[in-house]
Amino acid sequence: MKSNRRGYWPVIVTALAAAMFVFLFLYLEQQWEIVLLAVGLIAVLFSSARFGLLRRVELAASDHPRTTIMVNVLAALLVIVLLRNEHFALLMLATVCLYVTICLGLTLQFGYAGIVNFAGIAFFGIGAYTAAVLSLHSALPHLLVIVISGLVAGLIGSLLILPMLRTRGHYAALVTIAFGILFRTFLEVNDLLGGPQGLKVPGMQVFGWSLNDNISLGPLGAVSFYASYAVVALLLAAGAYALIKRLERSWLGLNLDAVRTDETAAASFGIDLPRWKIFAFTAGNCLAGVAGGVYAMMSGFIAPASFNFGDSLLLVSIVLLGGSGNPLGVLPAALLVVVLPEKLQVIQEYRLLLFAVLVILILRFRPEGLLPRRMREYFAGWGR
Amino acid sequence: MDPGFIAQYLLNGIVLGVIYAMVAVGFTLFFGVLDVIKFSHGDVVMAGAFTALATYAGLELLGVSDGMFAAIVITVMGIAAMAILGALLAKLLILPLRNAPPLNTLLITLMFGLALREAVRLFYPNGSNPKPFPQLLPDAAMTIGNLELRLDSVLLIVLGLGAIVAVHLLIQRTRIGLAIRAVAQDPETARLMGINFERVVLMTFALGSALAALAGITNGLYYSEVNFGMGLLLGVIGFSAAVVGGLGSLYGAIIGGFLFAALQTIGAVWFSVPAYKDVFAFACIIVLMAWKPTGLLADKSAERV
Repeated sequence: MKSNRRGYWPVIVTALAAAMFVFLFLYLEQQWEIVLLAVGLIAVLFSSARFGLLRRVELAASDHPRTTIMVNVLAALLVIVLLRNEHFALLMLATVCLYVTICLGLTLQFGYAGIVNFAGIAFFGIGAYTAAVLSLHSALPHLLVIVISGLVAGLIGSLLILPMLRTRGHYAALVTIAFGILFRTFLEVNDLLGGPQGLKVPGMQVFGWSLNDNISLGPLGAVSFYASYAVVALLLAAGAYALIKRLERSWLGLNLDAVRTDETAAASFGIDLPRWKIFAFTAGNCLAGVAGGVYAMMSGFIAPASFNFGDSLLLVSIVLLGGSGNPLGVLPAALLVVVLPEKLQVIQEYRLLLFAVLVILILRFRPEGLLPRRMREYFAGWGR
Repeated sequence: MDPGFIAQYLLNGIVLGVIYAMVAVGFTLFFGVLDVIKFSHGDVVMAGAFTALATYAGLELLGVSDGMFAAIVITVMGIAAMAILGALLAKLLILPLRNAPPLNTLLITLMFGLALREAVRLFYPNGSNPKPFPQLLPDAAMTIGNLELRLDSVLLIVLGLGAIVAVHLLIQRTRIGLAIRAVAQDPETARLMGINFERVVLMTFALGSALAALAGITNGLYYSEVNFGMGLLLGVIGFSAAVVGGLGSLYGAIIGGFLFAALQTIGAVWFSVPAYKDVFAFACIIVLMAWKPTGLLADKSAERV
């Protein structure tokens, strides 16, 4: 089989090109440059999908999963080094990484197991509020706080899944929608959690080192403190990506696919539907909760206004825009959805309207998204 | 507790129940004929109210001063505009997605609702702020103890209940109603019997959206205020009501609407912080879904494999 493996140069070339692109996208200021880059990204994705280039990169990546993750993390670190002084660009990069993490969780729920979650931002918010309360009122180490944020989000999610297990489709969607709205209202009226004014959150400290301090790295000169958060968020997103990708290739992913594709058939082959749904839903919410914990410490301040139902829809749009069930698609989609409105002041106000129209057009004319998910390969070398 | 006080809450609950039931009937109609959830329904409610508001501004320019006449004109305009919008939505977005996964329909209508909401916020003059809705109905009031019984509330309740009964009669007694019921039961067979499927679907969407517009105008007249975001909550409430009652059942939607209003009223009386009423009502809905997963009145049917 050794001879069947491809070289990993396509992965390296792609990672460098992507890093270049992300850097330019975050660094450039002129409006026309941003528009050009966004249009260019979509054009490149479409044309490379059409001419099979993307397929080659994907195959090379699936032959070298570890190298792929390593190379991409290094490329992203390169971007962070290049942007070391740009507070705003680094903050955006970190936000993109956190959104990627939540959307990978949603991919696990919706793309693999077929469970709709219209409360993604609520679980992100649960993580954020947990982190805020724990770091304000306890002396727990912050890394542990972030893990607990994820666990709490997963735990509350696993209570919510109980009514969802007994229903499906629209009825299950209602449960998450009701929860999303309930959560926001609850935060606003709850004085213990700061009410509409929200809570201040202390910055993250890892092993006695505060991430909010500016650091200076010898020859590189002064580095924005957001760089440290960007690194943390990047590692989180990379870890989540590796996890989801591994999961997809394993028997767990196969079972989840079966549950999504046909519940009746899956059940008659002895697959325990509730077990897999609980697994996917809880694991996905844990990812969202962890991302929420990091977000709270990074932004230093959280309020109910950041956890709107509209934001949950934005998350679902990212998953759909990228191509439901394809973790790779989440990356460009999150980049476009998060960064574009921040960079293009012209559309800032019209952001939601534009996304709504965009998603309507995608659903109507290209329901499989930017990077559609491929058929699972049962035998290595098939279909090459 | 003072009986007049209780009666005041009861009256308020009944008006809310009528509004919710009108929204829920739309959801249940759409689900009946096409097995889809149209999530932009709440925003159609809002758009109906804003159409009425815009019509009123036009009437003011023309110098119409008679309140009752203005009320009728704006209601007719709102209903007509939303009926057309509903039919267009079905034609352009929902029917083409018939063979796609049901979630795509849910999402496309959610996004259409978002687009509608944002369009009103951005393009209606000063649309991001709450707008006062004109007081058009006679507001003579009768005071019994602590209860202030206003004529316009009574008129709104009568109007709303009348609209629901009219829809019920339309569905049960007329030819088009027969066609709607036939399509709901079995689209294939209905087509074989010579029913124009697409026309029935468009009619149903027009009918449901017209009811939504009426609900929006009722809401505006009752609270004397409308805002661009009111549709989201109204839509979710209407959907919850329809689901709790059992999707596809007209009576279920009505019961669900009044049930939700009752839950909110109980929540408002029970908790000192009024905003907890929605938290309470939605929590009850989640529990109800766990207890009766397909609603209170929906028939249990075996799934065809």
